[in-house]
Amino acid sequence: MKKVSTLDRILLILTALLAAHQVVIGIDGLSSIAVMSFTVAFGVLLLACLLLVIFGFEILDSSLVLIVSTIIPVSLSLGLVAEHLPNITRGYLVFSICGVVAVATTRYIAPRRIATLVLIVVHGVAGLIIFSSPIILSLRSEMPVGYALVGVGGALMGLGGLLLAFLKTGRPILPRETILSSLPILLFFTASLFTAGFLFV
Amino acid sequence: MDILRKKLRSYWSLIKSLQTTLLLITGLAGFMSSRCPWLNLSTTLAVAGSLFLAISGSTILNMWYDRDIDAKMKRTCKRPLITGKISPREVLILGIALSVLGVGWALSMDLLYGTLVFAGLFFDVLIYTIWLKRRTAWSIVWGGLAGGMPVLAGRALGVGTIDWVGIMLAMAVLFWIPTHILTFSLRYRADYEQAGIPTFPSTYGAKTTRRVIAISSVLASISMALGSLGVGMTIGYMRLIIVLSAGLLMLAAGTFMRPSDRLNFGLFKYASLYMLSIMLLLAAEAF
Repeated sequence: MKKVSTLDRILLILTALLAAHQVVIGIDGLSSIAVMSFTVAFGVLLLACLLLVIFGFEILDSSLVLIVSTIIPVSLSLGLVAEHLPNITRGYLVFSICGVVAVATTRYIAPRRIATLVLIVVHGVAGLIIFSSPIILSLRSEMPVGYALVGVGGALMGLGGLLLAFLKTGRPILPRETILSSLPILLFFTASLFTAGFLFV
Repeated sequence: MDILRKKLRSYWSLIKSLQTTLLLITGLAGFMSSRCPWLNLSTTLAVAGSLFLAISGSTILNMWYDRDIDAKMKRTCKRPLITGKISPREVLILGIALSVLGVGWALSMDLLYGTLVFAGLFFDVLIYTIWLKRRTAWSIVWGGLAGGMPVLAGRALGVGTIDWVGIMLAMAVLFWIPTHILTFSLRYRADYEQAGIPTFPSTYGAKTTRRVIAISSVLASISMALGSLGVGMTIGYMRLIIVLSAGLLMLAAGTFMRPSDRLNFGLFKYASLYMLSIMLLLAAEAF
């Protein structure tokens, strides 16, 4: 198993600090559901970074990783929906809860093909919202141009989430070592882009 | 010059710099949490100076008294006092001098503050180290009480009295200390047994000890959350405290359900980071 290098540690701690910044002041002034969703998303990201620093990459062997790598995009997308598409918030909240529960349970009780399908659907929908909604809002001048950075961050996060999720389901897209090496960089750039994008809210 | 540098390095190793710094930060955070004019630089520096001296003095006296135990333990047998780099007499004089200076400075600032700083030193050196450490595994309660004194003292200096917020913050440190000490007593169990020190693992077994660690972590987190609420932290900071506390509770639950050395040591590291983070948040809130 790859060891956490000093550079990895620095990147993970910086990511944790950016996530902490988002939790403390980055989401002020938003609606309550959005604040709760973003708190969960950035909070889980913060804890994930700290646990990676403390336990090393071995923690990725935990069965909880699949759930964590689902909670972050799902709650982020829920926050974006609550903020920009209030009419469908309730429906998307139900989808989010069911999605996380489905990802957590199908892995144990359903055939692998169904578990993978559920994973793709839940991650796909959440990823699409995170990636597209900030960019569309920026293009339509409903939000400042800089807000599109959230979408770019979403794309990176979706990539990281998928890499991890498929690694956990036993069908890695890339070699395990490559995924582990790129994870801290991916997390850092994701958090940086989110933080920068949310400055325009 | 070279001799002096070597001497200072040896002295520095006597004060367990990480532990002393963490306790010093709790004291400063307690003071700043009172939102008194913390920017009064001379008072803030005086709090830092007096606490540093008192905590260092207490740690050095602790090390002086425990030198026979340290010599028997692998983990501690290379400390400068054991290897003969510094003589016991020198260490004793240094410990007493720093303690007297620290407590004296604290008393000259404020009677209540000074009394609490003295109480911390008294609990740590006399009650914990000299009286109870070699007799009962429960001595850690007194070690915890001593650890809670800097934050209580800092808070009391800021608000002028001992309030429930200060007590909560002190309890958070009190409950955090077992996480620290018991993890070490689990990890270096053979060392402690060789030295004849009664510990939780040797008295109640590893499983019970891990559960005590998990429970004390939960209690530390609850005390810290209540203390932070009492301080009146803003909603953003409270959100972060909830997130960090959730991490601690999750690890504690994991230790409780699936106890292992690895998880236990992870919980210990996280609990230390948790304590440091919350104390920094308490201080940051004052800005």
